[in-house]
Amino acid sequence: MNAHSTAVTGTPVTQKGEVLLSVENVSLRFGGVKAITDVSFDIRKGEIRAIIGPNGAGKTSMLNCINGFYHPQEGRITYKGVRRAKVRPHQAAAAGIARTFQNVALFKGMSTLDNIMTGRTLKMRKGFFWQALRHGPAMDEEIEHRKVVEDIIDFLQIQHIRKLPVGKLPYGLQKRVELGRALAMEPELLLLDEPMAGMNLEEKEDMCRFILDVNNQFGTTIALIEHDMGVVMDLSDRVVVLEYGRKIADGTPAEVKADQRVIDAYLGVAH
Amino acid sequence: MFYREAGQYKSTYAADMAVFPLRQDRIGIAVILAIAFIGIPLTGNDFFIASVMIPFLVLSLAAIGLNILTGYTGLISLGTAAFMGVGAYSCYKLTTFFPGVNIIVLILVSGLFSAAIGVLFGLPSLRIKGFYLAVATLAAQFFLQWAFVRVPWLFNYNASGAIEVPQRTLFGLPITGASATPETRYFVCLGLVVVLTWFASNLVHGKLGRSWMAVRDMDIAAELMGIKLLNAKLTAFAVSSYFAGVAGAMMIFLWYGGGEANDVFTIRLSFTILFMVIIGGLGSLIGSFFGAAFLSALPTALKFGLPALGVPIGGATAEHVTFMLVGALIIIFLIVEPHGLARLWQIGKQKLRTWPFPY
Repeated sequence: MNAHSTAVTGTPVTQKGEVLLSVENVSLRFGGVKAITDVSFDIRKGEIRAIIGPNGAGKTSMLNCINGFYHPQEGRITYKGVRRAKVRPHQAAAAGIARTFQNVALFKGMSTLDNIMTGRTLKMRKGFFWQALRHGPAMDEEIEHRKVVEDIIDFLQIQHIRKLPVGKLPYGLQKRVELGRALAMEPELLLLDEPMAGMNLEEKEDMCRFILDVNNQFGTTIALIEHDMGVVMDLSDRVVVLEYGRKIADGTPAEVKADQRVIDAYLGVAH
Repeated sequence: MFYREAGQYKSTYAADMAVFPLRQDRIGIAVILAIAFIGIPLTGNDFFIASVMIPFLVLSLAAIGLNILTGYTGLISLGTAAFMGVGAYSCYKLTTFFPGVNIIVLILVSGLFSAAIGVLFGLPSLRIKGFYLAVATLAAQFFLQWAFVRVPWLFNYNASGAIEVPQRTLFGLPITGASATPETRYFVCLGLVVVLTWFASNLVHGKLGRSWMAVRDMDIAAELMGIKLLNAKLTAFAVSSYFAGVAGAMMIFLWYGGGEANDVFTIRLSFTILFMVIIGGLGSLIGSFFGAAFLSALPTALKFGLPALGVPIGGATAEHVTFMLVGALIIIFLIVEPHGLARLWQIGKQKLRTWPFPY
């Protein structure tokens, strides 16, 4: 799978596009607890960027900062060349950042179709009174977005569950629906928080294929957190490694794998 | 077997996204509307129409309002009766200022005042949830109920302290006031309820309804889809209070017809409507009708139906028996199906579909 990026683009993996998002000297504290300390890295357009690290390293906190759920006390986050002040999550969404969650955060009472349709909310413009009539322009708009949603359903091969409430679906399918909901936003930056946690081998392979296809077909930039090292090394163009809230390595999978500090962090070190 | 979708192909998204995609459902709704518009006025007597059907329709509308807030958006409110009261008193003031304007228009407009008050008392919902929000909406209940009694401007300084419903006509027929017949009042109620239910159904099937349900199910993820929580919650409060306000105006002008109207918008009514929503089914429009029928029409039917059927009990005893029966039924239904009558209805349809096989 490692061959995809070079095979498709024909360029070395490290030189993909300009910087889409850059994180500079970000520190995040919860009272006395330092979740992230002075971390800097960037995400380039079109790449798959992995964030790895042991438990409690601050990976999810990092995504939450990018999303606008947390506001770091120090440092800068620049997105598309614009330094962001305090963003709210819905502003991040409007700017083109989508996200999936570590423990599935679907709308459990709604069907697969409605869940993915919710991802189109920002693209729908018709006002309250048209919606109350549900005819004419409002219905045309619903149908237009339904077509996009059906394309996503086809892409993820979840046609058979489109009318089922997602609360009753098996875990692997729920993860897939969640990916679909994020894709429906047509994001420029897709943040995946452990998309393969708790899956069996077959489901993992499927999910890897979807992630690569999203990256290739739609050109979506992807930042992903994952614990399965095989997956990370195969999928990602570049990897940043966190430990105890600090960055300890940054580079291509091969470089990171050979880094002594990374090996120490994962395997432990004799004192 | 009886209720099967086999052979009903949908070739457009519009057909698939219809509110009633199955032919049987469309026939069913047509039959229900025919009974409501033709059957009941022809066969029902005045008592049945005035004391069973009109209360049922008015309370159904209020229950739909609360269901939008509690069932679809997940915000608990104990101020429904107060918002109904705002509708009733706004309608009274409006018809005093504009006696020439049709009363149906004024009933619909008075809901807007209720919506505005609802938004105001809905503001805390951004910060607080669950039981705490319920307590915050109690403030609306107590404050507004106080205002209805203590602000004489609201009831035009009447000596009785109540709304005195004037006579208003539609095409020459009196539809409010003492000389309006139960049939005309019933038709006005039915028309308003059908149209507003259609609007509610459209809203919950569209973008706004999906936003509400997203906020209910997982507000963090909803925010990440670009849904502004404040907007979603306040529109839910506005639409919910609008329905409650219209129901309140209908309650005074088309059901009670004045009289002892100043003490109906109590916390007791708020709770009754909340129970209708819970027993009928949270997040279901048809459940609102089931809940209203269960808690308003059934007690009346039992109270007056038992003596009328020849069961040898007096009026007072019948009332006590009604309390006991309805109480027992509530417990039984909630044990059998905690998700309300709407879920029982769904299960029943599923059984009809697969009969005579279990699956």
